[in-house]
Amino acid sequence: MPIPMKSQMTMIDTDKTSRLSRFLDNDVVWSFTHSPMAMIAGLATLFFFSVALFAPIIAPFNPFDPAQVMLWDGKLPPAWAAGGQSQYILGTDDQGRDLLSTMLYGGRLSILVGLAAVLLGMVLGTTLGVISGFAGGLTDVVIMRIADVQLTIPGILTAIMINGFGRAFLPIEYHNQFAIYFVIIAIGLSDWPQFARVTRGATMVERNKEYVQAARVIGLPSWLIILRHVLPNVMRSVIVLSTLSFAIAIISEATLSFLGQGIPSTTPSLGTLIRVGNEYLFSGLWWIAFFPSLVLVLLVFSVNLLGDKLRDILDPKLR
Amino acid sequence: MQKNVISMLAVMAVAGTAISAGTAVSAETLRWSSSGDALTFDPHSEVDASTRAINGIMYERLITRDPSLNLVPGLATSWEPIEGENAWLLKLRKGVTFHEGQDFNAQDVVFSITRTQAPTSAYIKLMSSIASVEVINDYEVKLITTDPNPILPAQLTSIMIMDSDWAEENGVVEPQNFTTKEETYAVRHANGTGPFKLVSRAPDEQTIMARNEDWWGWSDHSGNIDTIEFRPIANAATRVASLLSGELDFVLDPPLQDIQRIKGAEGLKIETVPEVRTIFFGMKQSAEPLKSSNITDVNPFADVRVRLAVNHALDLAAIQRVVMDGNSFPTGMLTSPSVFGSTPELDAPYGYDPEKSKALMAEAGYADGFSVQLDCPNDRYLNDEKICQAAVAMLARIGINVTLEATPKNIHFTKVNDKDTDFFLIGWGVPTLDSQYPMEYLLEAGGRANAAEYDNSQVNDLIGEIRKEMNPETRLDLIHQAWQIARDEAPYAPVHHQVISWAMVSDLDLPISADNTPRFEFAVKNAN
Repeated sequence: MPIPMKSQMTMIDTDKTSRLSRFLDNDVVWSFTHSPMAMIAGLATLFFFSVALFAPIIAPFNPFDPAQVMLWDGKLPPAWAAGGQSQYILGTDDQGRDLLSTMLYGGRLSILVGLAAVLLGMVLGTTLGVISGFAGGLTDVVIMRIADVQLTIPGILTAIMINGFGRAFLPIEYHNQFAIYFVIIAIGLSDWPQFARVTRGATMVERNKEYVQAARVIGLPSWLIILRHVLPNVMRSVIVLSTLSFAIAIISEATLSFLGQGIPSTTPSLGTLIRVGNEYLFSGLWWIAFFPSLVLVLLVFSVNLLGDKLRDILDPKLR
Repeated sequence: MQKNVISMLAVMAVAGTAISAGTAVSAETLRWSSSGDALTFDPHSEVDASTRAINGIMYERLITRDPSLNLVPGLATSWEPIEGENAWLLKLRKGVTFHEGQDFNAQDVVFSITRTQAPTSAYIKLMSSIASVEVINDYEVKLITTDPNPILPAQLTSIMIMDSDWAEENGVVEPQNFTTKEETYAVRHANGTGPFKLVSRAPDEQTIMARNEDWWGWSDHSGNIDTIEFRPIANAATRVASLLSGELDFVLDPPLQDIQRIKGAEGLKIETVPEVRTIFFGMKQSAEPLKSSNITDVNPFADVRVRLAVNHALDLAAIQRVVMDGNSFPTGMLTSPSVFGSTPELDAPYGYDPEKSKALMAEAGYADGFSVQLDCPNDRYLNDEKICQAAVAMLARIGINVTLEATPKNIHFTKVNDKDTDFFLIGWGVPTLDSQYPMEYLLEAGGRANAAEYDNSQVNDLIGEIRKEMNPETRLDLIHQAWQIARDEAPYAPVHHQVISWAMVSDLDLPISADNTPRFEFAVKNAN
């Protein structure tokens, strides 16, 4: 990895228009735009994100406003099925909430939780990983053994444990209010070892390269070397990993909510919707579980595919 | 190898014929299941519903109830209050023997009632009104009470009779201490006088009982069951699957959402009856402001118009159809139609009328509504949390902004017992089938479950009279008066009576009853 030349940097900073064209001319962007799968995955992910972002505008109803929920309209099948009503395109849930609207709001919660949890895991894991890789010695041993121990326990189990601890320390009256934060912290904390391991490996490679040694020779403090020189060079792997982790985080949230440990059913996430729907599968109300499950599968699939393609593009060894 | 296969096939063929022959011959074997096993066979150490139901097959009471829950003679043939004394005279049935051959007489009654008053008994409170039991002769006893007790016969329907000699021989004079999980002879053995006797017992696996041919009641009970096989299955889906596959004849507690499926299955049927358990919302009406409301100077629920508005805002028909899949009976009363003192007029719902609710709210000065927290259990009653969610939506439409707090039952009932809740959902069952019980708990000032803090001096006085009035007609009149005041003042918002559903094979005739207790002495299988 060459160090950017000073002349090069000033050129970028002064010439804004050529900055965009240079960006589009970048080999990463080129590879991305010329890979149909990557484009499909990217567009699908973009679609889910924008739908989630604009849910209050798109959704025909606000399922979180109790005055809009009509119990008499509960358990209605999708509009095209016998007994369905046209205003409820995908049918209603057991309380009479429009399933499409509830899914839009629920998907929004799921994505929010996924993003926040990954951010938490990424910041924590990358920090510890870089410190571990750069410092070496005892620091490295301690941090990595903790990561190893946590890796031996399945992530969802760790998340349930952390979530349980959080709930135990807070009076039950506040559980519903704080449920979403518990879930974010639980998933984020169960995710950091992945980031730590990847960044540690990358840091160890970078640490011994000439430019880092040069920086040391001129007397830069370690934190500055890490921040300025090592971190930008390990970010590629971190970005790839966070895309993949994001998909796992969404699944973890859905699992926690499905087990009744996550988001409460008054403001359901996709996982909560699937849990509620699951109770009605035998009695023939298939749509309550089916549509949220379908959305969850598609969302996770497109994010995963995007992550996979990004890795192909960003990983020099695979090019 | 081939030989093995052939012999295996032969075994299977024989087993197959044995099974098909078995179903034809042993037509009078009844195989049933429910989620829970009896916790113990000691009839006085636990009040758990499954324990009572299963022990009640082998043990009998002095006074019992028929499937319609009328009081009928059990081991006592007659009972009447003694004029001028606080006492009841009971005449006992002659010629009754216990399963192991001992004779039943007055000594066993004295022994059993004394046993229920021991410190380890679960029935101490229920039997606290009995001061002493006097033997008049072998077949007559006098139960002396501390005060007049008009509902003693109803209370006696909970007390099963044990043999005194058997208890002494086996060292079970005192009831098992259930809280310390004490193991005594009476825990795994049973020696009652009932229609079926214990054959084998494997707790939580299988219990087999056989017909007691010497039972006194067979002459007027049509039951034709020879063997009862009970197998508890905790998982609801497995229980239903076993019934559908023909491994069971009867399931006591099929889950609500599977009832339609069972109804549609060939050779199976569902029997339903209103349970003696009523679900309702309570509103704290004490003078001080509510803890969780935005109205901080007065208590909105202290105004009867607000309480009536809540009652008229609840669309009970929608809750019945959508939340309960039709399996409930909407009501305007706190107790079920099988309880002494209920009338169809009192039982009628207040009626869904959101316009009237809004008018009442405006009249009371809450045209803009107010906010309050609703405490709800999420693992106690059928679809409890869903009922609360539905109520939140309905109340939102008349301007009451409700925050739902659904918690597991141990947390919820701590709040209710401490009266530390503004607005709550509970259900109430009535083991005595008499209005006095729910009134003492829910309407009387200081009542243990009166978390609504309802306090009406007229109602308090009426309850005091009801407790002591020995004339049934006068007493019924007093009960009606008290219920009517409660209806007009609406301290609670009743929702519905729960429904008991039993799933069974079509050729089984087993009368369902509101106390959720199967009475196998009435069971007829393969009637045609």
